Amino acid sequence: MAFRDDVRRIRAIAWKDLTTERRSKAGFNSVAALAITILVLFGFALGPDAQALRDAAAGALWLSALFAGVLAFNRSYQVELDGGALDQLLQYPGPRWVIYVGKLIANSLFVGLMLVIVVAVGIALFQVRIPKAWPSLIGVFALGAVGLVVLGTFYAAMASRSRAREVLLPLLLFPMLVPVLLAAISATKALLVGDIMHESGAWIKLLGAYDLIFLVATLWAFEYVIEV
Amino acid sequence: MVTAQSELAIEAQGVARRFGARWVLRGVSIELGPGEIVGLLGANGSGKTTLLRIFGTLLKPTAGTARIYGHDVARETDAVRSELGFLAHTPGLYDDLTARENLRFGAMMLGLPAGNNLDAALERVGLGHVINERVRGFSAGMQRRLAMARLLLRHARVLLLDEPYSNLDTAGIKLMNEIIAEAGAAGGAALVVLHELAPAAGVLDRTITIVNGRVAESKPAPIPRVRLVPGERAAATAGATR
Amino acid sequence: MTTDDLTVQVPRSGGWAAFGVLSIAALIATQVFSFVTSPPDVNMGQLEKIMYVHVPAAWVMFICFAVVLVYSLRFLWKGREEDDLLAAAAAEVGAIFNGLTLILGMIWGKPAWGVWWVWEARLTSTLVLFLVFVGYLALRAFVEDPQRRGQWSAAVGILGALNVPIVWMSVTWWRTLHQMPSTMQDMAKIYWVGMFANFVTMTLVVVYFIRRRYEAAAIVRAAEHAAQAAALGGDE
Repeated sequence: MAFRDDVRRIRAIAWKDLTTERRSKAGFNSVAALAITILVLFGFALGPDAQALRDAAAGALWLSALFAGVLAFNRSYQVELDGGALDQLLQYPGPRWVIYVGKLIANSLFVGLMLVIVVAVGIALFQVRIPKAWPSLIGVFALGAVGLVVLGTFYAAMASRSRAREVLLPLLLFPMLVPVLLAAISATKALLVGDIMHESGAWIKLLGAYDLIFLVATLWAFEYVIEV
Repeated sequence: MVTAQSELAIEAQGVARRFGARWVLRGVSIELGPGEIVGLLGANGSGKTTLLRIFGTLLKPTAGTARIYGHDVARETDAVRSELGFLAHTPGLYDDLTARENLRFGAMMLGLPAGNNLDAALERVGLGHVINERVRGFSAGMQRRLAMARLLLRHARVLLLDEPYSNLDTAGIKLMNEIIAEAGAAGGAALVVLHELAPAAGVLDRTITIVNGRVAESKPAPIPRVRLVPGERAAATAGATR
Repeated sequence: MTTDDLTVQVPRSGGWAAFGVLSIAALIATQVFSFVTSPPDVNMGQLEKIMYVHVPAAWVMFICFAVVLVYSLRFLWKGREEDDLLAAAAAEVGAIFNGLTLILGMIWGKPAWGVWWVWEARLTSTLVLFLVFVGYLALRAFVEDPQRRGQWSAAVGILGALNVPIVWMSVTWWRTLHQMPSTMQDMAKIYWVGMFANFVTMTLVVVYFIRRRYEAAAIVRAAEHAAQAAALGGDE
């Protein structure tokens, strides 16, 4: 009974985040536009030689997603801070992790959609040849996105409410994401060239383990971070 | 002794709270029994809102204990929250959702069964004509009314209201007093932070004044409370006392 | 809760001063002894002995992470401000020894590799962990309210400590899979005794540093509490 209520709460929060994001004038579009802009800048920095671009594609894709994603994470708490809605949110009965899970779901969809756009544009700009193992590639993007969203949503709960939030979120988040980025970029790179060394499997397992460990850890820690 | 304490609706014993280096509450002890409606007065910065937020589980006391119907606000937050109706100074609404959507969100978060009659609540607070309008276009008074509608979603045993009359017109003030009076008549308690007494005429049992984080005085309200027969709506009587 | 619960206990210095003198003396002793009694390295000569500081400093950095983890958990569990202050002290000292590890690694590396930096597994992991420490300290700098600062630092500290083995493993994997030659020489057995001895004495010194840092922080907090208690007018 109580669990059903919690599921309803999670759905309510996810719906609320997604709806407010959809209706706000600029939200997703500007973040996606930023991601594309960053991709273009990477193209200038690393190209125009086609082979150089192909070699750098994996890194450029993930970093563009990361830098644009940082904006999304702070935004997901901005909607609560604007009208004092966070206080009201904390007033409702129920465990705090439902707030976290609701936001995770909303942010996952947001970042997922953004990744689709980034990858599509990136394939074109960086002259990527789509490999036979593209389903595995989708798996890598999914797992990497989860790692990004879990830690991004968690640290943004703090950064968005402190001074210098624009610098604090990357400062906290980026070092923590090094394992995810290494794994995601390495697996992507390997799969793009046909994974001759069969190393992508190991990286995918690392991604999965990382996602699980930090999902559990952040679920536990969230109430300490949101309540105070 | 224990039985007596658990009969109190709202209770504070030596509650103190500091922010960084500044003490905002310096040992406040108050008691409200069920059915009591008390106004909390004091200058800006005297600590009234902080005290309310402690009762509302938004802050933990640095020292002392606060209880709602016997439940410690610091340790039994879930039990406390299920008893509370909180009206904060900022409305806590989502600008890009409509009035009904905001209310539906509140209902889902409160764990209320599906099919709760949201539209009736919106009608009662005078927002029936803007049910599907986004809150972004609402005036401050309309936002306040929407927050009141959220209060009406369930019968909380304890109401905590932070300057509830600000931004309300005469009709809105009357409505607010109706809601408070109904809650009191149903056996609930209410603590109302005010910076002036006039709008709450006829609603309060007594007032507590906070000065510099301490209770300076507690005395009966200058205009005695008009009691409702339980179940009676306050509309006629509230109009008569003004 | 009484007002006693509010104040931070002012730590008694007592035997710590003596401990400090002894541990620093011991560290100097082990450093000198190991330097003098071990032969110069085949390739690196006397410079190799920078390892007597560099390697223990790295191990001590891990100990600091562990202290941050333990005291952060304790703070979330019990809510005593002392635990938060001790975790913060350990993070500061850990960051310093982390930085020391990096700098000494680079000083060793310049003649060894010819460049100031290589993306070698251990050095790179140490750099990432330094950034994790920096993030923790930056968070503390940006948050004023002690309760919020304590809880947020604790969460960040716990997650950061949790990430230490994962960072280490993934960076090592990253270098191994690309078959980079290991550029940090493995220590010849002859150095191990000296290394271990220096690790023990350096740990003692770090314990002393953390203690002193904690004392300073606790005294500051206790003074703040006392000033406010006076401002309250003494009662309640």
